[in-house]
Amino acid sequence: MQAVLTLTRSTVGQKVVVAVTGVILFGFVIGHLAGNLLLFVGPEAFNAYAAGIKGNPPLLWGTRVTLLVSVVLHVTFTMQLARRNATARARGYQKPRKDQITTYAARTMILSGPLLFAYILFHIAHFTAPGLDLGGTFHPENVYANVVNGFRTWWVSAIYIFANFLLGLHLFHGGWSAAQSIGAQSPKYDALKKQVAVGLAVFVSAGNIFIPIAVLTQLIGSADQLARAQAAFETEAVTEAATGAEEE
Amino acid sequence: MSDDTIDLRLHVWRQRGPGDEGRFADYSKYAKRISTHASFLEMLDVVNERLAADGERPIAFDHDCREGICGMCGAVINGVPHGHRTLTTTCQLHMREFQNGAEVFVEPFRATAFPVIEDLMVDRSSFDTIVQAGGYVSVRTGAAPDANEIPVPKQIADRAMDAAACIGCGACVAACPNASASLFLSAKLAHLNLLPQGQPERYRRTRAMLAAHDDAGFGGCTNHRECEAACPKGISTDFIARMNRDVIVASLTDKDGNLI
Amino acid sequence: MELDARCPTGDIEKRWDRHRFELKLVNPANKRKFEVIVVGTGLAGAAAAATLGELGYKVKAFCYQDSPRRAHSIAAQGGINAAKNYQNDGDSVFRLFYDTVKGGDFRARESNVYRLAQVSVNIIDQAVAQGVPFAREYGGLLDNRSFGGAQVSRTFYARGQTGQQLLLGAYSALSRMIAAGKVDMYNRHEMLDVIVDDGRARGIVTRDLVSGKIEAWTADAVCLCTGGYGNVFFLSTNAMGCNVTASWRAHKRGALFANPCYTQIHPTCIPPAGEYQSKLTLMSESLRNDGRVWVPKSASDSGKDPRSVPEKERDYFLERMYPAFGNLVPRDIASRAAKRMCDDGLGVGPMVGDKRLGVYLDFADAIKRDGKKIILEKYGNLFEMYQRITGDDPCEVPMRIYPASHYTMGGLWVDYDLMSTIDGLFVLGEANFSDHGANRLGASALMQGLADGYFVIPYTLGHYLATKGKNPLGADSTVAKSAVKEVEKGIAKLIDIGQKGSTHPDEIHRQLGTLMYDKCGMGRNAKGLKEGLALIPELRERFWKDVQILGSGGELNTMLEKAGRIADFLELAELMCHDALTRDESCGAHFREEHVQEDGEARRDDENFAHVAAWEHTGDHAAPKRHVEKLDFEYVKLSQRSYK
Repeated sequence: MQAVLTLTRSTVGQKVVVAVTGVILFGFVIGHLAGNLLLFVGPEAFNAYAAGIKGNPPLLWGTRVTLLVSVVLHVTFTMQLARRNATARARGYQKPRKDQITTYAARTMILSGPLLFAYILFHIAHFTAPGLDLGGTFHPENVYANVVNGFRTWWVSAIYIFANFLLGLHLFHGGWSAAQSIGAQSPKYDALKKQVAVGLAVFVSAGNIFIPIAVLTQLIGSADQLARAQAAFETEAVTEAATGAEEE
Repeated sequence: MSDDTIDLRLHVWRQRGPGDEGRFADYSKYAKRISTHASFLEMLDVVNERLAADGERPIAFDHDCREGICGMCGAVINGVPHGHRTLTTTCQLHMREFQNGAEVFVEPFRATAFPVIEDLMVDRSSFDTIVQAGGYVSVRTGAAPDANEIPVPKQIADRAMDAAACIGCGACVAACPNASASLFLSAKLAHLNLLPQGQPERYRRTRAMLAAHDDAGFGGCTNHRECEAACPKGISTDFIARMNRDVIVASLTDKDGNLI
Repeated sequence: MELDARCPTGDIEKRWDRHRFELKLVNPANKRKFEVIVVGTGLAGAAAAATLGELGYKVKAFCYQDSPRRAHSIAAQGGINAAKNYQNDGDSVFRLFYDTVKGGDFRARESNVYRLAQVSVNIIDQAVAQGVPFAREYGGLLDNRSFGGAQVSRTFYARGQTGQQLLLGAYSALSRMIAAGKVDMYNRHEMLDVIVDDGRARGIVTRDLVSGKIEAWTADAVCLCTGGYGNVFFLSTNAMGCNVTASWRAHKRGALFANPCYTQIHPTCIPPAGEYQSKLTLMSESLRNDGRVWVPKSASDSGKDPRSVPEKERDYFLERMYPAFGNLVPRDIASRAAKRMCDDGLGVGPMVGDKRLGVYLDFADAIKRDGKKIILEKYGNLFEMYQRITGDDPCEVPMRIYPASHYTMGGLWVDYDLMSTIDGLFVLGEANFSDHGANRLGASALMQGLADGYFVIPYTLGHYLATKGKNPLGADSTVAKSAVKEVEKGIAKLIDIGQKGSTHPDEIHRQLGTLMYDKCGMGRNAKGLKEGLALIPELRERFWKDVQILGSGGELNTMLEKAGRIADFLELAELMCHDALTRDESCGAHFREEHVQEDGEARRDDENFAHVAAWEHTGDHAAPKRHVEKLDFEYVKLSQRSYK
């Protein structure tokens, strides 16, 4: 018991929890982006992917619960550590201390964190529940149309682009930092570790930013594509009605 | 050698005791014609002699060996612990590093766990407390086996020495945005946890010293690595990663070393 | 009074073992009833406090620094000797003993030195078990190097930080005992007096350097581990706080002070650059293996850029004066020659007062011969240190070096049990006079400090306590209270003078230092010593009339601390001159210019001076009284030191 308390109460233990949950969330955003890239394949593929997830409740709810727990722990422990850190220098420097090597990303973690949290709430509200009618009527199953309609609105795209820039910064420091916090360190792989962390952060950030840009520039979401997406649901409805009738 | 002197616009933190509010005092008039060959502490000596001549109380600062090894000196100079020159303690910082007319602010190391005693002098006994919690190998005098009965691979011995080079000055705490002593703590831990002699007490030591660090009121590490940049002995933050690993293992194993 | 060291007799190899058997023991259950005070937490003090704590005694330890880990043992670079013979190169306990007696120029006690050599092997075992990261070979076993003229490799080292690592080892053992409640540690406390009653040391009086509080502490025995007095020279390689006060106050209470004139000067230090200079930094002597020492032939060139001085205008004086050894002449000879050049106005570097204090150590030829890469491999870290301090790159501009006071072999007289002439007052490490004779070999200081603390005092102190029993005196006894009063009176007197005085304590210290380097430094003669004996009282008088001290005694007061230490140095300085004058011979580091061999080596006078001179304090204005402990050499035959 004493031992486990080390993990939840000590400065190092709490940071380890923040790191492990951070890694989970990092993993999720990579997967999330990989799925979203299906937007470039076409409306059918993307909507099928969305339907596939929704059609698999254990996967869906397992992921949701894991993410929720991760976010809660990530935020709670970060806040506890931040409070503690603020009291560790109750009286600050009267002539400001100068950072020597701290990166911009590291210095802004305290800002990028809360902003990303707000963004996540917005993002969930936009696409999941309740589903906001941004740039068009929200359609619970035609996810492709929701994305395209949303990103056609310039300020929605602006929010996503800015938020994903922040996400990139957060992951840039967070990725390396998490590895350090869980003690994944060896002189042999340190350079590689840093490159991987940076590479993945750039991949997630750039990939996510590319989507609204692609929509704004009409690279995806042409009238034809939107019509195909919509048509799929209409044929489906017709077929369903027909088969239903036959069965009756 | 008259061109070897500089005038400074010097501001030194004066604080009569822990209860005093404290303030920067402008000592520019006492900091003229300072030899560029003098060390930073010798510059303060000169200022103190001049202050005394005016009947002013000398600036209190800690110092002893003045060759960069005892770890007793230290001040934040223009926002950087031990000044801007890397791998250098305050006593080894020389005035040739400063331009004529430079504005210099000198402030004590600031951390809740390092209360100010007077002026630039702070109480770092919390470092001793951390070591007392477990920074040793429990061996009685006279109980040791022959020294060569414990072979230590050269790489391990060298790595342990890298960590053991810490002089306990506290610059890592002063430089840390969170006033964390993680670098000091991890260097102490790595030194003993790397060596075969340190293995029997490895996880007990890790838990106990970390608890002492946290109880002393130091902050936690957020991996900014300012400590490494400020460390006069170049102690690497790799030791912090190593400590984190040991903490994880210590958290997941019981006293007998079995996984919980 | 003929001093009796109570050394065991008989076969030297068995003396310590037999003595240990004969020493009385304290019953384990009784140990916790005995209290011991340890002053100073360097190698000797930390080792003693930790070990006595482990044994079960109640220990109180004191240091003036903010942490016991900072004592100046930490600055020792080179290494520690031990007769392990791991190199299979012919080393043995006897050889280490032999080298040390000979290196000390036959002015040390054979019994003590043999014991030192014997326990040296235990020290390495102990340090390794504590986790001291000594240098290793690829096979994982301990590495050695040769050091200080020894013909065998017996020096153990941890990079250039051996003292630091050994001290951290002792400090970790001490920390363990503090955590266990066996040792109470008092940082930022300076010892100002020893409480003596009925001929026995009963405790000490300290000043809390932060609050100024004067307090008495009583115990059943007191161990002084307070280091050497090299700072009497003002500029030395010692830490700023190193002082003689604890030893000196004990001396004034009845402890004899032995061989105060034995002080070691190190030739390769970074020279002073100005009046503000506060200390000197030592560089490894190995630099002389490749560097050539020179000064300009004409004083008019001494301020010039050395690179502009043509070859024929340079005087490579060591090569000229000692063609056989050249730049590698022994420490004391090199030091004296360098000082003579500077005194003659041929010194180089910045003016300090009316002289330039420095000679060149030039690597240009070595770099031309071996290439910069090879030279940097050997001396890279030293070059870096030099450049950090002076701003000059030794690859471009010749280094400047100057000798500096480094170690003091003299100290309080102790018997074989390390007890001074005050019962129950033990003296360990550099503070005592015991094991090095007239000169200390490289890598032997760390060895002696740890030997005394880990392996000698635990036995001999037990014997004393078992024989004498408990000290009934408490901190509230009349004796303790009057000791406190006396210290308070002394401080009040200083403060009283200091409020009106106008000379900064450092200024007087600086003058004392210059005087001591001139009159009682690396070369001494009767005339100079007599001048010193006339000048020191004048300076002392000036101190007691005009020293400036701001503030009061009841607060943090660095000027008061300094003044108190200088007051004691001013008295010690006089005793050093007395000792140097009376010892009318040259031996080891004590070089009387009247007694010199043709090759420049010291000429001993074994007939009249094969003894320890221990001085008794007879009153503040009375002449000190000299006592003699005869030295017998049964195992190492008296011979002239020669490094040819």
